[in-house]
Amino acid sequence: MAGFNAVVPMACVAAAAIAAMIAEAFSVQGERMPIAPLGVIGLVGAALASVALWNHNTSSFGVVAADNFGLFVTGILIVVGLLSLALSGPTIDREHLPRGEYYALLLFALSGMMLMATATDLLVIFLALEVLSIAVYVLTGIRRDSPVSTEAAFKYFLLGAFSSAFFLYGIAFVYGVTGSTHLDRIGSVIASQGAAATPMLMVAVGLLLVGFAFKVSAVPFHMWTPDAYEGAPPAVTGFMSTGVKAAAFAAFVRVFLSALEPLHASWAAVLWPIAAATMIIGTVVGVAQTNVRRMLAYSSVGHGGYLLLALMSGNDYGKGAVLFYLLTYAITNLGAFGVIGLLEDYDRPNDKVTDYAGLWHDHPALAALMTMFMLSLGGFPPLAGFIAKWYVFSAAIKAGYTWLAIIGVLTSVVSVFFYLRIVVMMYMTPSGETIARFPSVPKIAGAALVASAIVIFYLGILPARVLDLAAASIRTIF
Amino acid sequence: MHFPILSTLIALPIVGALLLLFVRDDEQSEGTIRAVALTVSGLVFAETLLLWSRFDAVSPEFQFIERHDWIPSFGVSYLVGVDGISLLLVVLTGFLTPIALLGSWESVHKRVKAFSMFILLLESAMIGVFVSLDLFLFYVFWDAMLIPMYFLIGIWGYERRIYAAVKFLLYTMAGSVLMLLAILGLAYLHSQATGQYSFDLLKLYELPIAANLQVWFFLAFALAFAIKVPLFPFHTWLPDAHVEAPTAGSVILAGVLLKMGTYGLVRFAFPLFPAAAVFFAPVLATLAVVGIIYGALVAMVQPDMKKLVAYSSVSHLGFVVLGIAAMNVQGVQGAVYQMLSHGISTGGLFLVVGMLSDRRHTRLIAEYGGLKKVTPHLVAVFLIITLASIGLPGLNGFVGEFLILLGVFKWNPRMAAFAATGVILSATYMLWMFQRVNYGPITSEKNERLVDLRPREWLVILPIVALAILMGVLPNLFLRPIEPAVRRMLSHIEQGSAPLRIQAER
Repeated sequence: MAGFNAVVPMACVAAAAIAAMIAEAFSVQGERMPIAPLGVIGLVGAALASVALWNHNTSSFGVVAADNFGLFVTGILIVVGLLSLALSGPTIDREHLPRGEYYALLLFALSGMMLMATATDLLVIFLALEVLSIAVYVLTGIRRDSPVSTEAAFKYFLLGAFSSAFFLYGIAFVYGVTGSTHLDRIGSVIASQGAAATPMLMVAVGLLLVGFAFKVSAVPFHMWTPDAYEGAPPAVTGFMSTGVKAAAFAAFVRVFLSALEPLHASWAAVLWPIAAATMIIGTVVGVAQTNVRRMLAYSSVGHGGYLLLALMSGNDYGKGAVLFYLLTYAITNLGAFGVIGLLEDYDRPNDKVTDYAGLWHDHPALAALMTMFMLSLGGFPPLAGFIAKWYVFSAAIKAGYTWLAIIGVLTSVVSVFFYLRIVVMMYMTPSGETIARFPSVPKIAGAALVASAIVIFYLGILPARVLDLAAASIRTIF
Repeated sequence: MHFPILSTLIALPIVGALLLLFVRDDEQSEGTIRAVALTVSGLVFAETLLLWSRFDAVSPEFQFIERHDWIPSFGVSYLVGVDGISLLLVVLTGFLTPIALLGSWESVHKRVKAFSMFILLLESAMIGVFVSLDLFLFYVFWDAMLIPMYFLIGIWGYERRIYAAVKFLLYTMAGSVLMLLAILGLAYLHSQATGQYSFDLLKLYELPIAANLQVWFFLAFALAFAIKVPLFPFHTWLPDAHVEAPTAGSVILAGVLLKMGTYGLVRFAFPLFPAAAVFFAPVLATLAVVGIIYGALVAMVQPDMKKLVAYSSVSHLGFVVLGIAAMNVQGVQGAVYQMLSHGISTGGLFLVVGMLSDRRHTRLIAEYGGLKKVTPHLVAVFLIITLASIGLPGLNGFVGEFLILLGVFKWNPRMAAFAATGVILSATYMLWMFQRVNYGPITSEKNERLVDLRPREWLVILPIVALAILMGVLPNLFLRPIEPAVRRMLSHIEQGSAPLRIQAER
C-alpha cells in the first residue's frame, strides 16, 4: 500500500466529490442533503493525511511526490476549500444553484489543484491542470440563466484552452530536447548539457512560460481575469482567484526552480519585464475600476506580480515567500470575496464601489472585516499581507532585483489607493439609496470570515512559526 | 528581570481600545466610553512620568531595554529602549493624548466609541515608534500609525476630509516604502558582513557601509522622514491634513506625528549613515531654511487660522531640521528641545482654534475681531500660547530656537542669518493674526455672545500653558536628559564619517 500514500489527500477530496454527486443523485425532490459537510469531511481527511505524510517525502507511481513543499500547498488548498465551502452557502441558496453539482465541482477542482501541487511529471501536471480547469470553467458559468456568467465562462474557457495548448506544446518540445517528461530527468539532462540553451529548449521554456502565465494571470496574458472574476458567483471567484493561483504557482515553482533551474538566468530575463508589467498593470488599471470585483481582479493580477518576483528571486527566501504569500493571499482574498458574496442580492450584484457607501452604519462588523482584508491586501502592518510582502521584497533584495523591488513597493502604494476607496466608501461616505443588504449574516459564513481575520492578525503579529514551516517545506525538494 | 515598563506603555492603550469594544455604542454610554478612554490615556501619561523619574539622566545609553526574539529566522527581534532623546518624546505623547481626548469632548459626538479607540491605537503606535530599537519593529509601528490617523481625519474631519485623509496616507506611505527597501538592504548587508540577518539598530550602528551605498540608503530614509516632517518641498499634504482633521487629530498630528520625521533623522538616518549625513547636511539645511522662510511667508497670507498654524509648523520644523543638520551639541539639543516645545505650543494653538471654531463653526480670521471684550480668559490663554510659539524669552519656544541658532551659527553663519529672519517673520504672522482676532471692535454680531472658557476647557488648556512656562523657565529640567544622548550620537557620527569623509565629498 505504501505506493499509494502520496495520493491519499487528493483521493479523500475526490471521494468526497463523488459522495456529493451520489448524495445529490439519490436525494428526494425538495429534500436538502447535507452535502457541504461531506466536503468538510473529505478536506479534514486530506488534512489528517497531509499531517501524517509530513516529513516523509513519499512519492507514488513515480509522478506524485508528497514532499513538504507539495504538502504545504495542499494545506493552503485545504484552507481554500474549507473557506469556500463555508462561504458558498449564501450564494447557493440565493441563486438556487444546483447544490450537489456545485460542491462536487468545487471538490473535483480542489483534488486537481492538489495533484498539480504535488505532480513531478509534466504530463501529470497537465492532467491536473485540466481536471481543475474544466471544473472551474463550469463553476464560473454555473448561473446558467445569467448572461454575464455565461460570457465569463466562455471567455475563460476559450483563453484557458489556448493556454493549455501552449503548455502541451511546450511539454512536447521539452520531450523532444530531453527525451523525458519527468522533472528530475529533465533537470539532470539540462544540467549535464551545461547551461547551454539550445534554441529548441528556449522555445520549450517559452511555451511552458506562456501556459503558466495564463494560469497565474500574468500580464499580457491576464485579459480573461477581470471578466471571469466579475461574471462568476463571488464565492467561486474567491475560490478560483486563490486556489487556481496557489496550484499554478506551486507547479510553476516546481518546474522552473527545479527542472529548469540551470536555465535560471535565461528565463528570469524573460520574466523580468513580465513581472514588472504585471505589478504595474495590475495596480494602475485597478485604480480605474468602479466595480469591486473587477478591482479585486486587477489586484489579484498585481499580487501575481509579487509572486513572480518571489519566484524569480529563486533563493530560499523567494521560495519560502511564494508559499507564505500564497497562504496569506488565499485567506485574505477569500475573505474579501466572502464579504462581497454576503452583500449580493438576487437581482442586484451590489458590487459597485459606491454600493459600499455607509456600510459601516448598516453592518459595522462586515465593514470592519472588509477593512481588515483590504488593509492586509494593501500590505499594512500588523496584518499578514505586510509580512508576505516584506518576505517577497527581502528575497528580491537578496537576489539583486533592486529595481523590481522598487517597482513592487511603489505599485503597492498605488494599490493602497484603490483598496482604501472601499474603506472610504464604507466609513466616510453616507449611504446613498438604501439597498436591501443581505438581512443577516449566516452563522457559518460569519464564523469563517471572523476566523480568516483572526488568522490574518496572527500571521501578521506572530508569523515566526508559519515562516519557519514555509522555509522547512522548500528544503525537501530543492 | 525588571518590570517591562516600555511594553506596558505600548500595550496599555491597546488594552484600553479592546476594553472599549465591549462597551455598547449608543448615546447613553458616551460618558462611559469617554471615561474609559480618558482613564487609560491618563494612566499611560502617569506611566510615562514614572519612566522619566526612573530614567538615569546622566547615562547616554539606551535604558529599560527589552529584547525578545520575534522572527528569529529573519533576525527580527522585539527590541525596545529609550535614551534621553526618545524619553521626552514618549512623555510628550503621553501628555498630549489625554488632552486631545478631552479637547474633543464637545466637537466629536458621532461614533465616540470608534473615535476613542482610534486615538488609543494611535497612541500605542506613536509610543512604539519612539521606543523601537529594531528597524523592523520601528517600521511596523511607523506604518501602523497611519491607519488610525487616516480614519480620524477621514471620519471626523471637516468638508474635504476624504481628500485630506487619502493624501496624508498616500504621501506618507510613498515615502516610507522606499525606506522599507533600505531597511531590507541594511539587513542584507549585515548578513553579508556577519552571516546573520539583523534589524537590531544597535548592531547596525556598528556596521561599516560603503560610501556610495550610504548615499542611497540615506536618501531613502531621509525621503521618508522629510515627508513626515514635512520638509519643503514635501510639505503639501500637511496643510490639507491639518485643516481637515478634527481638533484632536490636529493636536496629535502637529504635536507628535511630525516629530517622528525629525526623530527619525536623529535616531536613524544620521547615525546609521554618517558619511552620507555629512555629505547631505548642507542640502537638508538649505531646504530647511527655505521651509522656514517659505512657511512663514505663506502663513502670513492665510485667511484660515488652522491653515496659518499648519504653515507655521512647516516653518518651525524647518528650525528643527536645521538644528539637526548643524550636527553640534547645541544644534541637535536645541532641535530636540524644539520638537517638544513645538508639540506643546502648536498643540495649544490648535486647541484654542478648535475652541473658537466649536463656538462659531468657522476658522476664518475675518469672521472674528474684538474677542478680548467677550472672552477675556480665552484670549489670555491664546496670548500666552501665541507668544510661546513666537519664541518669547521666558516661554518654551525661545530656548529651542536660541540653541538651534547658536549651533547653526557655529556651523554656518550664513544659514543662521537667513534662519533668524524666520523668527521675525513668525512674530509678524502670529501677532498679526492675534491682533485681528482679538483686538479692535467686534465686527460680527455673532461674536457678541460667545461663552468664555468652560471648566473642561480650562482643564485642557491649563496644563499646556503651565508646561509652556515651565519649559521656558526651567529648560535644564528637560535639557539634562537630552544632552548625554545627543553627545553620544554626535561622537558616533564623528567616528563613523571620519574615514569616509573625503570619499563622499569628492
